[in-house]
Amino acid sequence: MSAPTLRLAHDPAFGPAGIAPGQVSGHGAGGPAPKRIIVGYGFWIFLLSDVIMFSAFFAAYAVLFKSTAGGPAAHELFDLRNTAAQTAFLLASTFTCGMASLAVGHRSMKWTQIALLVTGLLGLAFILLEVREFSDFIARGAGPSRSAFLSSFFTLVGCHGIHVSVALLWLGTMMAQFYAKGFRQDIRYRFLCFSLFWHALDIVWVAIFNLVYLVGSLPPELLP
Amino acid sequence: MSEHSDYEAGSYVGADRVPGQPEERTLAQEVRGYLLGLGLAALLTIASFWADHTREIYASGIAMALLVLTVAQIGIHLIFFLHITTDPDNENNILALAFGVLIVCLIVFGSLWVMIHLNNNLMPMDKLMEMQR
Repeated sequence: MSAPTLRLAHDPAFGPAGIAPGQVSGHGAGGPAPKRIIVGYGFWIFLLSDVIMFSAFFAAYAVLFKSTAGGPAAHELFDLRNTAAQTAFLLASTFTCGMASLAVGHRSMKWTQIALLVTGLLGLAFILLEVREFSDFIARGAGPSRSAFLSSFFTLVGCHGIHVSVALLWLGTMMAQFYAKGFRQDIRYRFLCFSLFWHALDIVWVAIFNLVYLVGSLPPELLP
Repeated sequence: MSEHSDYEAGSYVGADRVPGQPEERTLAQEVRGYLLGLGLAALLTIASFWADHTREIYASGIAMALLVLTVAQIGIHLIFFLHITTDPDNENNILALAFGVLIVCLIVFGSLWVMIHLNNNLMPMDKLMEMQR
């Protein structure tokens, strides 16, 4: 055990504060937490508020699910092959985004740019499939103004699509900043926030493809 | 210190280190952690699509099975991709997450609960219009 020992804040052996000089307890007594932790925590709070916004859209969708006003219902509209492809693209992009984090951690410019480029292309493919699906729905007379069900569907899924589009712009910015400014600390903090955002978007998509597409495509008599 | 698991998931019980400083891990171990997360997430995704198509599950339970698979996959993503652990420096994140989950459940299940009761207990809109004539 040559590693530095974790000293508990309440341990009387280490004086009133309980922390040896230069040590950080993570419980406040040892001074501020490292900036990496604080940046991640702040962005985590933002992500949770974003998730709460999505939960309101989910609630609206669940309440309005059967209000089709004589228009097409979910199981008549959804094409699960499209959903499967979108899910695969987004899951793969979450993995490559993790690879980009590792490349940044190991200061490899080549692999950072490659991993971010692949992440961006997968995200772009996801968005293109979603745009194609939406325009297909609208062409079949199932646009957002057709029924309360479709309004809530387009709001929920479209809001996620807008998030992914904005994240793609952010991704391009990160690639440019790494290229132009190198692995500066402030840029690595920005990248930490970006990667958290990208992973969180995939979490929202997990809820959407399961609870909107898969549950929605079940025959109506199987739904509660 | 040699009994560490070789992937990034959860904390390491008994591992002494200064909180706030990342664990020393080789690149291969880190990649393996992400690969394990990807594999588990893919497995749960396939399970979701299978549950949707199969008629081997009790039919009325499929929607509930999908809900359970969703929660499971979200858990996998949180652990392997967002690196939510039981480390002391993750304590605040976990408390915020718990609060977020509480609010999400209140909004979603509360809305459904209230609206289903309204549907059951209020007069349908067309009947109401007829009575007002």
